[in-house]
Amino acid sequence: MIRSVLLLALRAIRRNVLRSSLTILGIVIGVAAVIAMVTIGGGATAKVTADVSSLGSNLIDVRPGQGPRPGGASESAAMFKIEDAEAIAREISGLAAVAPAASQPMQAIVGSANWSTTVTGSTNEYLQVRNWQLASGRQFTEAELRGGGAQCILGATVKKQLFGGQDPLGAGIRLQKLSCQVIGLLAAKGQSSFGMDQDDTVLVPLRMLQRRVAGNVDVSMISVSARDGVSTDKVQRDIERLLRERRRITPGKEDDFHVRNMQQLVSTLAGTTQVLTALLGAVGAVSLLVGGIGIMNIMLVSVTERTREIGIRLAIGALEREVLLQFLVEAVVLSSFGGVIGILLGLGAAAAGTVVLEVPFVFNPTIVAVSFAFSALVGIVFGYFPARQAARLDPIEALRHE
Amino acid sequence: MNTIPFERPNGPLIELKNVSKVYGAGSAATHALRGIDLAIGRGEFVAVMGPSGSGKSTCMNILGCLDTPTSGTYVFQGVDVCSLSRNQRALLRRHALGFVFQGFNLLNRTSALENVELPLIYRGAPAGERRARARQALAAVGLSGWESHTPGELSGGQQQRVAIARAIVTDPAVLFADEPTGNLDSAMSHEIMALLAALNDEQGITIIMVTHEREMARFARRTVNFRDGRIDSAHHSQEMAE
Repeated sequence: MIRSVLLLALRAIRRNVLRSSLTILGIVIGVAAVIAMVTIGGGATAKVTADVSSLGSNLIDVRPGQGPRPGGASESAAMFKIEDAEAIAREISGLAAVAPAASQPMQAIVGSANWSTTVTGSTNEYLQVRNWQLASGRQFTEAELRGGGAQCILGATVKKQLFGGQDPLGAGIRLQKLSCQVIGLLAAKGQSSFGMDQDDTVLVPLRMLQRRVAGNVDVSMISVSARDGVSTDKVQRDIERLLRERRRITPGKEDDFHVRNMQQLVSTLAGTTQVLTALLGAVGAVSLLVGGIGIMNIMLVSVTERTREIGIRLAIGALEREVLLQFLVEAVVLSSFGGVIGILLGLGAAAAGTVVLEVPFVFNPTIVAVSFAFSALVGIVFGYFPARQAARLDPIEALRHE
Repeated sequence: MNTIPFERPNGPLIELKNVSKVYGAGSAATHALRGIDLAIGRGEFVAVMGPSGSGKSTCMNILGCLDTPTSGTYVFQGVDVCSLSRNQRALLRRHALGFVFQGFNLLNRTSALENVELPLIYRGAPAGERRARARQALAAVGLSGWESHTPGELSGGQQQRVAIARAIVTDPAVLFADEPTGNLDSAMSHEIMALLAALNDEQGITIIMVTHEREMARFARRTVNFRDGRIDSAHHSQEMAE
């Protein structure tokens, strides 16, 4: 019986291609919307996570002051010293590297080319904790670091602005009035998720920046990276305890520094995009539901339209359950077919969307399976009522129907 | 699964005893049939005549197992039809009856072959056998070569031939024809009637036909006249005498 009913349903669908395709339109759009939104959302999540990881996923930044928070400016707080960084490296376990750093906005000049950028003074550990690779050249030597030598490593943007296509290694640049020799080039990282150009930077030895530019011994940031497998939360607590001690903050008073843990940032950002994805998916699911109601609507209309046909079938000797099953199978075949088209369309839209938005295309088999199952389910649920309507027709009345 | 009604080969094919049909209840009740007695044997070709409202259509619906009487008994091939469920009556129609309607009632946008195949699909016949028997039935009504045409591409007479092919493809015990020529001009009507008479003559198919045209009724071997829900026996005997 199943085979003959399937045959009858397929013939009925084929008989009215236009109505059939209109019936599935809602499902197609609903499924396509869900697939596209969830896939693009998944790509955005992956991109954000990857971006933050490129900063160094085990990265913990410590800065003086209470940090950005709602409610206005924080109290000014004393800067760190190099000794603070040394104390962290010495007393806290589980660290891969500690890099004290200070930054200044400066003009970089080569010949007639002029570019304002941020100059950061730090140590070689800075490259490690910040996940910087050298594209060419070398790191600073011990002597350069200790003596505050006039050497610098350029970010890709600065190199492009000042040197264009030429090789800058060994050349001299001026940072305001200071002459500096280029010893290395950083590999490009591109924009961060926050829209900042990470490659717009010049790296110099920390002591050089302190002595010859800032004229002090301040450290405005200590970047720490935890070893793999070490809890960044624990490292954060240890640093907070150590710094409170060193800065003589009595219990009960707030910290006059703040610690930013990238791991937390990653999970916060990923959480945000996931919530957004879920929200978009929910919008898609609603349109899927509307599509289902569309199927019911058209199936109901088609029961009225096909009353005579149902009468013929009943007169010929179709059983009630055969008519019911035929209409149900029609609804399920249509909605599943709509689901397949919707999946293809959604994946296509997602592929285009990910290219436009410059996020990776992350294929999510779960959502594809779920939307297909859901569209078939929509067919069963919304097809049942019209099917029952059809099956219960009186053959005499149905045959008389105009 | 429902059991297919058991066939007893002896006795008349169709036997109505004191059959009445009442629509509605109380003062609004309409008596469509008032105690009909009718017996039809195997191989007969019966024309049912009468003015509209005489009860002939109601009687046909009951004979065709599409409707059940309010009182009285209907025995078909020895089976009491009144005792059957809706599904069992559907199975009886599927296996023993064929229908031809005034309005052809073919599935539109569906080829002649697929239309004729329809009852065989409900019977669960395998595809090869189904196609062969449908072709045979179409050939029997003179429509070889028209298999792939849809009703829209066929004349009224041809459409009715397809409908007849659909009715006989299952080798039914009885073919019911409800005003089969009602929508056709006289040339086509004669063609269809000649076809029905030939099917009755050559293949021995029992045919019960409703018509209001005396000219068409002449093709039948026996005429039953209805008037006010009763069989008009005067007319009956007159036709028998002819």
